[in-house]
Amino acid sequence: MNSLTRAKASELAAAIKQGEVSAVEVAQAHLDRIAEVDGTAEAGVHAFLHVDAESALAAAAVVDQRRAEGDELGPLAGVPLALKDVIVTADMPTTAGSKILEGWRPPYDATITTRMREAGIVILGKTNLDEFAMGSSTENSAFGTTRNPWDLTRIPGGSGGGSAAALAAFEAPLAIGTDTGGSIRQPAAVTGTVGIKPTYGGVSRYGLIACASSLDQAGPCARTVLDAALLHTVIAGHDPLDSTSIAQPVPDVVGAARRGAEGDLTGLRVGVVKELGGEGYQAGVEARFNDAVALLSKLGAEVVEVSCPHFTYGLAAYYLILPSEVSSNLARFDAMRYGLRVGDDGSRSAEEVMSLTRGAGFGAEAKRRIMLGTYALSSGYYDAYYGQAQKVRTLIARDFEAAFAQVDVLVSPTTPTTAFPIGEKVDDPLAMYMNDLCTIPSNLAGNASASFPVGLADEDGLPVGLHVMAPVLADDRLYLVGAAVESAYAAQWGGTLLEQAPALEGIH
Amino acid sequence: MTVTTALPSFDEAIATYEPVMGMEVHVELGTATKMFCGCSTAFGAEPNSQTCPTCLGLPGSLPVVNKIAVESAIRIGLALNCSIAEWCRFARKNYFYPDMPKNFQTSQYDEPIAFDGYMDVTVDGVEYRIGIERAHMEEDTGKSLHVGGATGRIHGASHSLLDYNRSGIPLIEIVTKPIEVPAEVAPAVARAYVTELRELIRALGVSEARMELGQMRCDANVSLRLPDAPFGTRTETKNVNSLRSVERAVTYEIRRQAAVISSGGTIVQETRHWHEDTGETTSGRVKEEAEDYRYFPEPDLVPIAPAREWVDELRATLPEPPAVRRARLQEAWGFTDLEMRDVVNAGALSLVFDTVAEGASAGGAKKWWLGEVARVANERGVSLEDAGISVADVTRVEALIAEGSLNDKLARQVVEGVLAGEGTPDEVVAARGLVLVNDDAALGAAVDDAIAAQPDVAEKIRGGNLGAVGALIGAIMKATKGQADAKRARALILERLQ
Repeated sequence: MNSLTRAKASELAAAIKQGEVSAVEVAQAHLDRIAEVDGTAEAGVHAFLHVDAESALAAAAVVDQRRAEGDELGPLAGVPLALKDVIVTADMPTTAGSKILEGWRPPYDATITTRMREAGIVILGKTNLDEFAMGSSTENSAFGTTRNPWDLTRIPGGSGGGSAAALAAFEAPLAIGTDTGGSIRQPAAVTGTVGIKPTYGGVSRYGLIACASSLDQAGPCARTVLDAALLHTVIAGHDPLDSTSIAQPVPDVVGAARRGAEGDLTGLRVGVVKELGGEGYQAGVEARFNDAVALLSKLGAEVVEVSCPHFTYGLAAYYLILPSEVSSNLARFDAMRYGLRVGDDGSRSAEEVMSLTRGAGFGAEAKRRIMLGTYALSSGYYDAYYGQAQKVRTLIARDFEAAFAQVDVLVSPTTPTTAFPIGEKVDDPLAMYMNDLCTIPSNLAGNASASFPVGLADEDGLPVGLHVMAPVLADDRLYLVGAAVESAYAAQWGGTLLEQAPALEGIH
Repeated sequence: MTVTTALPSFDEAIATYEPVMGMEVHVELGTATKMFCGCSTAFGAEPNSQTCPTCLGLPGSLPVVNKIAVESAIRIGLALNCSIAEWCRFARKNYFYPDMPKNFQTSQYDEPIAFDGYMDVTVDGVEYRIGIERAHMEEDTGKSLHVGGATGRIHGASHSLLDYNRSGIPLIEIVTKPIEVPAEVAPAVARAYVTELRELIRALGVSEARMELGQMRCDANVSLRLPDAPFGTRTETKNVNSLRSVERAVTYEIRRQAAVISSGGTIVQETRHWHEDTGETTSGRVKEEAEDYRYFPEPDLVPIAPAREWVDELRATLPEPPAVRRARLQEAWGFTDLEMRDVVNAGALSLVFDTVAEGASAGGAKKWWLGEVARVANERGVSLEDAGISVADVTRVEALIAEGSLNDKLARQVVEGVLAGEGTPDEVVAARGLVLVNDDAALGAAVDDAIAAQPDVAEKIRGGNLGAVGALIGAIMKATKGQADAKRARALILERLQ
């Protein structure tokens, strides 16, 4: 494997800045790696739905030219990135993993797309996901499942499995994910990568194709904590095009990552959430989680157990609020616009064409959630379902407030299990939903959360993630904790966890 | 239900039944940009030229509230004596329709920005208080043009064209409480309400509220009941888009519903279409069950919590209430109650006001707008504003009369010319050669001819019968094709014969 694809984003940017390597060479190395390992829906990692070599190389050439002209380059200029295919791009198709959008080319860039382009980040292509970001395995993608680079027979997590797998397979050093109930953090956990869900409103949603508007949040994915922090800084900050974006300074996440790497957590109060653990959690996951908590103590943190009694109802509330918003957000896909139109042969009414198109264009999970949401919002049921769920949401936010009055961060395992085999839970939606048990409360309350790799489960040798939760707008605490854990484990393992992953050369 | 028998007269209908009305009025705000994006709201642009990802509802797009629209909504609410919500949200109204790009309308549901107000209207000298349930903000949909069908409706059309320029234009929907007034004045009260509301909207400067352009759209709910009985089933007649139509549509629905109930039928809850040409309503969509719009709070927008200081500032910007303004203007203009009512009912208050402001006399302004202009506008089925003559034109005609260049008869010809598109008043005067003959030389010759032609009449005048002067003036007018200055002609006649 080319050393350029093994390098950290921060290292690449520095090398490009120093003129040790050109941005075009860096982009080409990653395009070569993609050609080598990504494969197709049938074989290979299949992290990407669309790779745009031409536009990536052109963007890289611009960075090289700017350097040649003596421009000051930003801290990630020339670094390649894999963009989840739910963020719109004017120069590439955007499918949201759905047949109903196949072939659609957005006429505009998302705010974060624009910010990354302006920072000189080189977008390699668009990564696979569960349809409209609904799922925990990418098996709900209309374009085939992404495979986990640790074991190609297993899922890479979801919905952002493509972005996480691209990182773990060394196809890109940076990626963008979106997290509605865990779609950044759960894939990060099962692929041994870093995934951050910023505070809701911390990163603009303008140009993020909505799954559930009140829960969705785009965030950085990377192989190291510092790289994630650098990307966070590029994409975060107030956007006048998103009313829900917060008009506050972005927390100093890069500073926090650098401080954390020094490995001293003295004075930090850490709460272990009592309700997120125990029965239903894989033994190897619990073991690695307990090790991580012990490590936090060793690094000087004060660890206590904290109870968040309403977290138990999080999953139920989530599966009322999310489908309700989904049923409304996905209504616009009606065959009048965009790619797919079925049955428009002149013999059918507009309503019939809408119905046939939606029937053919949406997958089973999208339909299931549209139906659940339509039902939950119906008159006569609204109060009992959507209304009650919103009350639970308030209670969960209060649990967080009470907990954060006692501690600085909360921790739990990110997922109850390691990566499961492809196909195992595809016919059991409830089992699939359980993946997000630990991650959902932060989406409901809007606070910041992240997953960091903390080792491999003994029984299957697959990655385990530590879930860290911080208060609203205290995203920097995630990076502090994440970087401390990362540097301690790096000393122990002799590098990042991913260096223990299979090489993948010649996989297809 | 089709009624085949002749309808009872309005008087017959209300001899038995009492009507209850409810008015829903949509007002397009005159903001420069749309409700949730920065696109222009200018009327009449190339279809789909004023659109962006947000008003096209493209995946990933998000709304941002137009502050001026909120301000307008609050001012309307205050002018309608409403309470202004301390905290309110937008809500999504979910239903599928091809011209609605998101398949939900961003509106307000149970948290309107303004609620619980009233407006007083006067009919035949009696004041009625109309309760206002709510005024809320929402976005307009796109516009469908159904091609190939006979009716212009979607049924029978071969295809439809969509124009999203209108999509996202800010609307304020103003809903009354049930209006229960004496049956005999009900249609007039409905009309007076819409008239008064339009004056108010215009006075606030938040919209031109021109019904013929769809800037103000009225849906009239009507039900009948026996005295003291509970409310009957209502129908909603959509798009009643002129003041006169409001009165006619309510009258028709009262008669039609009376016929249905009297013949043992039942009223179906439905929307009905209004037909301006026949003066009838026909059945539209039957609402078999209440439509379920699955409203829920719009998660893409943050709540609106207008600061009390801001509301107070806006309260201070409210114009004089229309009724007070009318009373003041009536006095200033010296109009009788009847004259003033005619001006208001003709929708000419602003035009008369503007014409007077430009320097014309009130009487003159009223005469033209309610006379010649109204006649032509009516013939063409357009509003006074669109009849083809401007405030400046009418003012100029009045000035020409005042300076003695035109008499009344000539002035009428000038106005006719302007309305016919012949140009400005001065251009029409020049083109038609409409000059008042008042120089003594030219007029003197005509006077001499008239005296010579009617010696017997001249003799009577010499004998002191001044009533006979008119006969000579008539002849002079005829000879000069109406261009003689009658006053000057009279003076010349008397000069010669006394």
